[in-house]
Amino acid sequence: MTDQKFSVSVKNLDLRFGSLRVLKDLNLDIHEGEFLVLLGSSGCGKSTLLNCIAGLLDITDGQIFIKGKNVTWAEPSERGIGMVFQSYALYPQMTVEGNMSFGLKNARLPKAEIKERVDRAAEVLQIEPLMKRKPAALSGGQRQRVAIGRALVRDVDVFLFDEPLSNLDAKLRADLRVELKQLHQRIKNTMIYVTHDQVEAMTLADRIAIMKDGLIQQLATPEEIYNRPSNLYVADFIGSPAMNLFKGEIANNTFSLDGLSLSLDGYDFAAPFTGTAWLGIRPEHVAIGENAAAADVQMDVTAEVVDPLGSDTLVLAHVAGERFWLRISGQADTKQGDQIRIGFSARDVSLFDAATEARL
Amino acid sequence: MGDTSTEMMTGPRGPKKRRVMSSNNIIIYGTLALVCLYYLLPLYVMIVTSLKGMPEIRLGNIFSPPVEVTFEPWVKAWSEACTGINCEGLSRGFSNSVKILIPSVFVSIAVASVSGYALVNWRFKGSETFFTILIFGAFIPYQVMIYPIVIILRETGGFIGDVTGTDFRLMGSIWGLVIVHTIFGMPILTLLFRNYFTSVPDELFKAARVDGAGFWGIYFKIMLPMSLPIFVVAMILQVTGIWNDFLFGVIYTKPETYPMTVQLNNIVNSVQGVKEYNVNMAATLLTGLVPLTIYFVSGRLFVRGIAAGAVKG
Repeated sequence: MTDQKFSVSVKNLDLRFGSLRVLKDLNLDIHEGEFLVLLGSSGCGKSTLLNCIAGLLDITDGQIFIKGKNVTWAEPSERGIGMVFQSYALYPQMTVEGNMSFGLKNARLPKAEIKERVDRAAEVLQIEPLMKRKPAALSGGQRQRVAIGRALVRDVDVFLFDEPLSNLDAKLRADLRVELKQLHQRIKNTMIYVTHDQVEAMTLADRIAIMKDGLIQQLATPEEIYNRPSNLYVADFIGSPAMNLFKGEIANNTFSLDGLSLSLDGYDFAAPFTGTAWLGIRPEHVAIGENAAAADVQMDVTAEVVDPLGSDTLVLAHVAGERFWLRISGQADTKQGDQIRIGFSARDVSLFDAATEARL
Repeated sequence: MGDTSTEMMTGPRGPKKRRVMSSNNIIIYGTLALVCLYYLLPLYVMIVTSLKGMPEIRLGNIFSPPVEVTFEPWVKAWSEACTGINCEGLSRGFSNSVKILIPSVFVSIAVASVSGYALVNWRFKGSETFFTILIFGAFIPYQVMIYPIVIILRETGGFIGDVTGTDFRLMGSIWGLVIVHTIFGMPILTLLFRNYFTSVPDELFKAARVDGAGFWGIYFKIMLPMSLPIFVVAMILQVTGIWNDFLFGVIYTKPETYPMTVQLNNIVNSVQGVKEYNVNMAATLLTGLVPLTIYFVSGRLFVRGIAAGAVKG
């Protein structure tokens, strides 16, 4: 029963709190050295899954393998994991050094080795000047670095991150995100990272697992998830502003809605389909102005709300009676009330069965 | 426009001025001073009376300061006052009380803090029910349990004595009273510790588990050092509660092991001979000295503990 090729394997995991089923027959295989992000809105079970992998929650059914070893009944400290928490969870009465060496002291490692490992981690994370300080005397970013260091010294195969950057302000979050990515590139350990922030997920992940109601909706690379969402939930969840969605009919390879008719030649159907469906198009995939001329469907819309973001500008309009966001260049001089020529083609859209919400 | 600019030049600027001697302040501080005086007056009377000789007391001027300061009543209260046939003063009651107090405080806080910690962080099947039952215990009047406890102490103490072949007894001994105090302190102390440990972030506990610390490791190395303030609060509660206890002391001990409060009562309420008010006052002050000291010493520690705990980790 060993799967040596996977670093972490979750098999048929079930977790109930009383009658509430939080995780439902969940399967997940994570490759050696992979950076996997668990993404989902709050309450989807992503942190719960991470806690199960860490052994901090007793599971109801299923198995967990780490490095091919069945750790389903193992203590958290025996699983070969290091964990970083959202609130840092540093021991307030210990110095930075004490925090980092606590786990090693519990493992009864020789003093010299503890010192060596702590020093090495401190060097990697550039926290050497802070070693004698207490957590209360550190800034948020420094605290999270120490927390990462505490996981690092354990010299484990798998790192678990539970929304580690969510307590930091925007700029620090971006900085630490880059540092985390560099850290992963350097040490090449398996990392499982829980977040509700899609920017973090898209930038850090080798693969993203999007979760909802205790189930994984889609497990794929960021590109795949962004370009080919496997169902309506994923399509709506990823992207900001969200994908524009229209409910219409597909017949004779044409999607039609009042006043809108799009030939679906060029759309990569999984199987031919006729019936009610959702059509989704990302705000940034809409062609604007002269570029719209080549598109299959073209129309003029009125800009109702203009949100300049600097790098680009978001415009809210209405198409076929539905709200429609489009992203235009930040340099374009568009004002409220302006007419904009837009267009899109079948290869730019995603289609979902209205009944099953699965990708067509 | 002209009005606005004058307003800007002369209008309010900087901190708002507050009058110190406003009528509001006079009423508030005046009332406070009066109430203070009212409450401190008995203490004053006790102190001056305890420093007077009997002839001076018989003059009846209870508010006047002693003409001739004498510490004889204090010495008498401490080492000579008689209760029944015994004339050793309060000193024996004091040493009994200390012998009861120290193990009771130590054991009750140790057990309650570990229970509170387990109830928060190591939930077991039925732990909530267990806690509810424990808290329910706090609402049962002591009087209901007095006689059952007499029997329990008598029987268990006798049993232990029989088994070990000694004349060990729980009923009437200091150890019986220690057990009673420990048990009766449990509900409120466990509640106190449970609520405090609930406020410790769960992630800290999880981090310690990942770091390989076990039940006792987390308790001693993580929870205990973080919880100084609540230990001080528990200590104040227990020391004052146990020291001031009269009911259990008078029921579960015997004259040789009476705690200080019971002995004080016996001195003050003795009906033979002259009432020595100065000795009674001195004895009462001596008995109240321990809780008072605890308040003054650990009150400072308490504030410091709270302040240290307030810094986020």
